[in-house]
Parts: sequence; structure tokens; C-alpha cells
Amino acid sequence: MLEYMAKRLLLLIPVLLGVSLIIFVSIRLVPGDPAEAMAGEFADEEYVAEIRRIYGLDKPIHIQYITFMKRAFKGDLGRSILSDRPVLQEVTKRFLNTLILASWAMLLAAILGVAAGVISATNPYSRFDYGCMTGALIGISMPSFWLGLLLMGFFSVYFRWLPAGGSGTAMHLILPVFTLGITGAGIIARMTRSTMLEIINKEYVTTARSKGLTDPKINYVHALKNALLPVVTVIGLQSGYLLGGSVITESVFAWPGLGRYIVEAIKLRDYAAVQGSLLFFALTFAFVNLVVDLLYAVLNPRVRYGSSK
Amino acid sequence: MSESLAAPTPFEEDDAQVSRLKLSWNLLRKHKVAMVGGLCVLLFIVVSLGAPIFAPYDPLLTDLDNALKAPSIDHLFGTDHFGRDVMSRIIYGARTSLLIGVFSVLIAAFGGILLGLLGGYFTGWTDTLIMRGMDIMLTFPRILLSILLIAIIGTGMTNIMLAVGLFAIPTYARLVRSMVLVLKETEFVESARAVGSSNSRVLFRHIFPGTLGPIVVQSTFLIATSIRVASGLSFLGIGVPPPTPEWGTMLADARTYMGLAPHLITIPGLSLMAVVLSFNLLGDGLRDALDPRQRT
Repeated sequence: MLEYMAKRLLLLIPVLLGVSLIIFVSIRLVPGDPAEAMAGEFADEEYVAEIRRIYGLDKPIHIQYITFMKRAFKGDLGRSILSDRPVLQEVTKRFLNTLILASWAMLLAAILGVAAGVISATNPYSRFDYGCMTGALIGISMPSFWLGLLLMGFFSVYFRWLPAGGSGTAMHLILPVFTLGITGAGIIARMTRSTMLEIINKEYVTTARSKGLTDPKINYVHALKNALLPVVTVIGLQSGYLLGGSVITESVFAWPGLGRYIVEAIKLRDYAAVQGSLLFFALTFAFVNLVVDLLYAVLNPRVRYGSSK
Repeated sequence: MSESLAAPTPFEEDDAQVSRLKLSWNLLRKHKVAMVGGLCVLLFIVVSLGAPIFAPYDPLLTDLDNALKAPSIDHLFGTDHFGRDVMSRIIYGARTSLLIGVFSVLIAAFGGILLGLLGGYFTGWTDTLIMRGMDIMLTFPRILLSILLIAIIGTGMTNIMLAVGLFAIPTYARLVRSMVLVLKETEFVESARAVGSSNSRVLFRHIFPGTLGPIVVQSTFLIATSIRVASGLSFLGIGVPPPTPEWGTMLADARTYMGLAPHLITIPGLSLMAVVLSFNLLGDGLRDALDPRQRT
């Protein structure tokens, strides 16, 4: 297990280095000169050159990259060109907001999805099953920004029960969490149902039944435990999706998270901010994937013991 | 070399390809929900292609005196904040979405299938390089990569297709690679190699056809995703630029008039969901018909 963990951690290094290089280069491909943008329309050449020097934009690109990486390791992601505050500080603040939103959404998706999936699978082709699966399919097909707008229209504009946007109270969380969580719930429900159905027809479940075990015990102890494997993977993948989905949901509800921050930073060509937040995103995503893989190894001994061909 | 070698099916007939298609069609036909989805997809395609015939008005024609009107006989879906006919904009918007959906998936399929075939067939460092590259792409949520690429290359139809399509490449690459790994160990590939077929012949003539079923299934789902992602980008204001009718842009514009003209929110959203849902339903049916391994 330890060996497997070490191997996975080592594999992260080239991926993250590649990611940082790609982020760094692609940001520099964005048209427009940030130094000129900062200096303003009427600045003279000298002032622009001065800004370039201060932010290290006059150095060759590989030197800039090395400096960036050296500093990044020390936790210094540079200063936001526009707000003139340390990027790390801003990014962590925004990231916490996204994390709050995404965690609640994930929780909602997991509970709703697994519950609906298990009940559907244990009562296949019942009314509940059809209802759930129709709901799941609609949840998957519904663009999150439209769901967000509909919820906002009903609960904020028409009934005036919930705030339409912003942050601060638990009330502000309800609509964005629901908007973000519902797609995930649909995907998880479908996955749980199909895996559970597959497992319920396996021989060891028949054995358990012939031994005279009760249905709940068969369903929850024998079947669900084995069905959890793919479900955990899907939940893990969903976490990444949620981080991505947060970009749109945050924009709909003016939630001050990292997703919205990146979109704004890209629009304003704030190099340092985009670099820092993308790197932060990549780290989180890689970490989530790692946790999912490790969890997978814990749940499934076959993965642990090396190359299963 | 006989044609039946190319088809990895248990059929021994000469026209294995034809009977496989027939079999799939019969399976698909039994799947009623998928047929409904398929019909809706067909309707969507017909409406998109015939947009100038079906649209009652010019989708760009503004009429400020009749702005924000609710649905009526003159304007079945009402008018927007410039007094433009919403129905015409929905119809032309279908065309925008179809174009983006199909072309972005073509881009993704072309790149992904090629990389997947090469990686799975040659293994070794080619495979490592390709799959690590795919891993790096998958490290980010797709929409973020699309936003980043748009920041570099700018907005516009072609750029949106690229931004949406490029980042679906890993999906195809992984799918195809995993199938190639299995297919290249099969007897028909071995015998093709034994009679002296070149690598490219084995790869494209014998292995590739075996991957087609799951590719078609995946493409159907990906068209749905691409249409949704593209309209999401337009919703954020970095997709298809304004005068072009696009459902995501229509929804973004409608936010301001949410209380005044709720039809501006419901109609484009419903259209978008209906199209995405139809492709997903069709995909479910196709999966049952073409991809027996994944049958649920």
C-alpha cells in the first residue's frame, strides 16, 4: 500500500511540472501587453519599461518561468497586477468560497445520487425507478446556468424567499448548492443503479440469498459494498467536474469563488492571478484524483498489487 | 484476405458488416425512448438546416416598439429586449448549436482516435507520452481550458469549436486506446499480422473498425456535452459573439428582464435542454445497440 502511494505521489511531479509549464506559456500567448495595460493609455515608454522591470516582464521567457517556479515553491505566486495584492492571499480566499460551495454540492449529489440509485436498483422497473431515472436524465441534460436562472426566477424574483446572488449567509448558499449539485446527483444515481443491478445478479449475492440472509442485509452489506467502487470513482471525477461547474454557477449567482475569479482575471489579462489560480486548481484536482485512486486501492485489493493486465 | 476478418463479431457470413448494422438497428428500434430521442435529434437537424424556411422573421430584425412582448399570434415565442422575434432566434440558434456540436466533436474524434490508436498499438514511449499528455489535459475541468484557449485565440464560431473540441480529445484517446489494447491481442489481428499486413493496414483496416461502435456512442453523448459547454461559454460572454443568435447568449441577455419577460428565460433554456436530452437518450439507445459490453 505504501509503495503504491509513493508511486502515485511520484507520478504527480511530472504531471504538475507539465501543467505549470503549459499554464505559464499559454498565459503569455494571450494577446495584449499587461505592462501597457497597467500603465494606462497615456503613459510614456519609460513608465511602461519601468513596470516591465518591476514585474520581471523584460526577462526572457525561460528565466521568467524559473523565477516563477522558484517563488511558487516558497508559496509566493506574485502580486495581482490589477489589485496589487499577493495572488496567494486572494486565491486562497476565493478558493475557500469555492470549496464551501463545491463541498455542499458534492454532499447533496452523493446523498441524493446514491440513495436514488440504490432504491431504484432494489426496486427495478418500479414507478420509483422510472421516476428517479427520468429525473436523473433531466438533471444531467439541464444546463446548470439555466437551472440556476429558473431557481433564481422562482425563489428570488417571484417568491422573494432567497437572495438572488452574493454571499455571506447560509441563505445565499442554498440556490448555488442546489444548482451545482443536481447534475452530479443525476450522474451518481445512474451509475449507482447500473452497478447495483449488475452486482445483485452476481453469484455471491444468490449464495447470500440462498443462505437465507434478509434482503436489506444482502442489499446493503453484500451488494452496496461492492457497488461502491465505481461509485467512488464517479464521485471523485464529479469533484473535478464540480470545480469546473463552479465557474458557471458562480457567475450566475455572483458567488465570490475561484471560478469566477479566473474568468475575470483572464478577461483583464492579469497574468499573475490567472497563473496562480490555475495552478491552485490543478493542484486541487490532482490531489482529489490521488485521494480517489488511493480510496480505490483501499476498497479494491486487486488495484493495490501492481500490474493487473 | 477476406472481409470478415475485419469485423470482430461472431458472424461468419460474408456480409458481416451489413448484418451487424441490421442487428444494431433492430436493437435500437426496440428501444422506444431512444427512438423518441432520435426523432427529436432528426427534427433538430431539419430545423437547423432549413432555418431560413422555418423562421417567420429575420432573427436580427430589431423593432424597439415591440420589445419584451409576451408570446402572441404574431410572435409565437414573444420578442426580446430589441423586439427581435424569439422563435426565429431559437431556430437560427439551433443552427449555431448544431454546427458547434458537430464540428467540435469531429475535431475531438479525429485527434482522439488517432492518438488512441497510436498509443494503444505501439505502446512504449509513444503511449506514455500521449497518455501523460492526456492526463495533463484531464487535470483541469474542461470548461476552464476552453476559457483559457478562448482568451488566447479570441471568440468566434471557429474558435469556439476548437476550444470545445480540443479538450474532448482525451475522452476519445482513452476510449480507443483501451479497446486497441484488447483488440490487438485477438486472433484476427494476429492472423492479419501473420500474413504480412503492414502496421498501418492492421491498425486502420482491422483494429479501427472494431472500435467504431463505442466511438459512435461516445460521439452522441459528446455532441450533447459540447452543445451545453458551448452555450455555457456564450452565457459567460466569451462564446459566439452577440448578433449571432445563440441560446446561451439569449439566456445571458434575459437575466436583466427576468421579472418582466420570463419567456426569455424559459424558451431558450427549454430548447437547449430538449436538444441535450435528445442526444443523451439517443446515446443510451445506441449504447445498448452498439456497445454490448456497456449494456445496462
